[in-house]
Amino acid sequence: MEYQWDFTVVWRNSHLLLWGLLGTLKVTAAALALGLPLGLTVALMRLSRARAVSLAAGVFVEFFRSTPPLVQLFWCFFALPILIGVRVDSFQAAVMTLSIQSSAFFAEVFRGGIVSVERGQWEAARALGMTYRQLLRRVVLPQAVKRMIPAFLERAIELMKTTTLVATVAYADLLFEASDIAQKTFRPLEVFTAAAAIYFVVIFAASRVVQVSERRLARSGESTAH
Amino acid sequence: MEPILKIDGLRKSFGTLEVLKGIDLEVAQGETVVILGASGSGKSTLLRCINFLERPSAGRIALDGKAIGAEDGGGAVRYSEAQLSRVRTRVGMVFQQFNLFPHMTALKNVMEGQVTVLGRAKAEAEQTARRVLAKVGLADKTDEYPARLSGGQQQRVAIARALAMDPEIMLFDEVTSALDPELVGEVLRTMRALSDEGMTMLIVTHELGFAYHVADRVIFLHDGLIHEQGTPQEVLVRPRERRTREFLEGHGLFRLPEADR
Amino acid sequence: MTGYRWDFASVFGNWQILAQGLVGTFQLAALSLGAGLLLGLLVGAGRYSRNRLLHWPATAYVEVFRNTPVLVQIMWFFFAFPIVAPFQVSAYIAAALALSLNTGAFAAEIFRAGIQSIARDQWDAARALGMSYPQQLRRVILPQAVKRMLPAFTNRGLELLKMTSLASAIAFPELLYAARTIATVHFNPIEAYTSVALIYLAIAWPLTQLVYAVERTLRRQE
Repeated sequence: MEYQWDFTVVWRNSHLLLWGLLGTLKVTAAALALGLPLGLTVALMRLSRARAVSLAAGVFVEFFRSTPPLVQLFWCFFALPILIGVRVDSFQAAVMTLSIQSSAFFAEVFRGGIVSVERGQWEAARALGMTYRQLLRRVVLPQAVKRMIPAFLERAIELMKTTTLVATVAYADLLFEASDIAQKTFRPLEVFTAAAAIYFVVIFAASRVVQVSERRLARSGESTAH
Repeated sequence: MEPILKIDGLRKSFGTLEVLKGIDLEVAQGETVVILGASGSGKSTLLRCINFLERPSAGRIALDGKAIGAEDGGGAVRYSEAQLSRVRTRVGMVFQQFNLFPHMTALKNVMEGQVTVLGRAKAEAEQTARRVLAKVGLADKTDEYPARLSGGQQQRVAIARALAMDPEIMLFDEVTSALDPELVGEVLRTMRALSDEGMTMLIVTHELGFAYHVADRVIFLHDGLIHEQGTPQEVLVRPRERRTREFLEGHGLFRLPEADR
Repeated sequence: MTGYRWDFASVFGNWQILAQGLVGTFQLAALSLGAGLLLGLLVGAGRYSRNRLLHWPATAYVEVFRNTPVLVQIMWFFFAFPIVAPFQVSAYIAAALALSLNTGAFAAEIFRAGIQSIARDQWDAARALGMSYPQQLRRVILPQAVKRMLPAFTNRGLELLKMTSLASAIAFPELLYAARTIATVHFNPIEAYTSVALIYLAIAWPLTQLVYAVERTLRRQE
């Protein structure tokens, strides 16, 4: 029997889907805003000459890169509230999990970028009398960041993909809304396909931006060291 | 008069490899000293100890009469980063690979140390930067990024960057070795002008002609020790030590003009 | 945090459930990795070919599966696909399909990038000897490319291991689903999820060490 496709279900509920997309973007933005500075801190800790500090940072990074984000999310949403005695809603759990998880990846990008700035720059800055802080802020980080932009953008896109996990704890992101609508309208094929298509368009567009920025940087001689 | 730089028993080891084995050196103010030696003799290491990019394993360095670092009870010397930072503002360094900051224009490169480290006001720093860039002949290149400058121009900006800090001593670490031959001249001329003005300079170089005409004193380093030192006439034309002679012969391109032999 | 009584006994008392979950994880991961690598090799070669009929579908497949979230793929195969599928789609099949196709898309990219990274000269030399395209690939290019692709593939393996946990969302009995079961029955989410996190860490650890070792050897060789 030929299946009768019916996309009107999608059009009728498009506002809910877009609301879900907004939810996805909200979580992504919040996680990025927290994850980036945290990632830089961890990266600097890993580069520290104090063994204990760099070891602790190393363990942090390994742990959050090796365990599945869904496990981390469940821990945050189900386990943490019991431990600290405070209710954690799905948005909070999502942002907490994703900022910490992404910070582990961002830390590696930061570290790679900082280390890739050639020794001569460090020496010239030190020869002028700069302190470590001044050296990082005025000479190394500005150069490192430019090279790391494509890697960061890639990580940010990964982050956006990972936010779909929050649907499992009933946060109203795009996947959750699609799931919800599909159940109510008994049209999972159309609804999920439409949701997948929306994700595709957004993420594909973002990847193109990354490619363009990578090409621009390669031209200006500041390509990322992968 | 107190020598502006006094080095006593300087030793430097990297792990088990001892590169400097006991250097004693005094440099008077305004002196231009050229340091020669084969690779591995420790010339760069010596320079990098003077501005403490490397920490001495043993020995003391005194700037303008004051010893750097503090001796602790056990005979070792402790250095504080803060003091070393200050020392580095008094000792300028120019590198073989220029090491200009690529994300800043020539002008900003020369201003950077003044503003960030010396705390000068931007306007004052800019004035000084323009003055010094003009001095090295690059007044028209102030707004160019290093990538757009030739090697010789970049090196002159590097010299300007160090000069802008008003150092008491300038260190030059093989600053022409990475340059194409036709660009070497402009940098050497700049260095000669500096020397004529009375800047105290320690120069590691292979440019023997330059050493002969500009240096007040030539030092030949071999295997981590000063093997021979004296005036350019003494060391370059009539070296006493065999190894010095061997080294100079290895640099066979150096030929004194007939009249000076 | 003070005053909370940790109770790992109830977790380890149910070790059979965890063990079953672990088996499920490995089954899913192994199947998806195998199928994905095979698929990736075929598609990678297809993308690289100049033949339009091969190039465009291959590219479309790769782009779709790399630019949509894995969980969406899993849910699509479990909820949407059955509508048009001529066969029964269990949670295992849905998860395996999604993860194999996902891995395949990334593997195709790794193959393509790896093959492209081999200098043209190698191809020319092989062609000059009279080798056919498959022979060139098999005897000259792939042996060289494989070394470079190893870190990327090991990373994908690690990612795949982590992605299996998403199958818990469609009630496939892998490790995380086992933890969830224990947590809901014994009211010990802290111990349950912590234990499982540590188990994942223990499995992932040798993989990440392998990646570092391979990267180090490569750097030394280059």
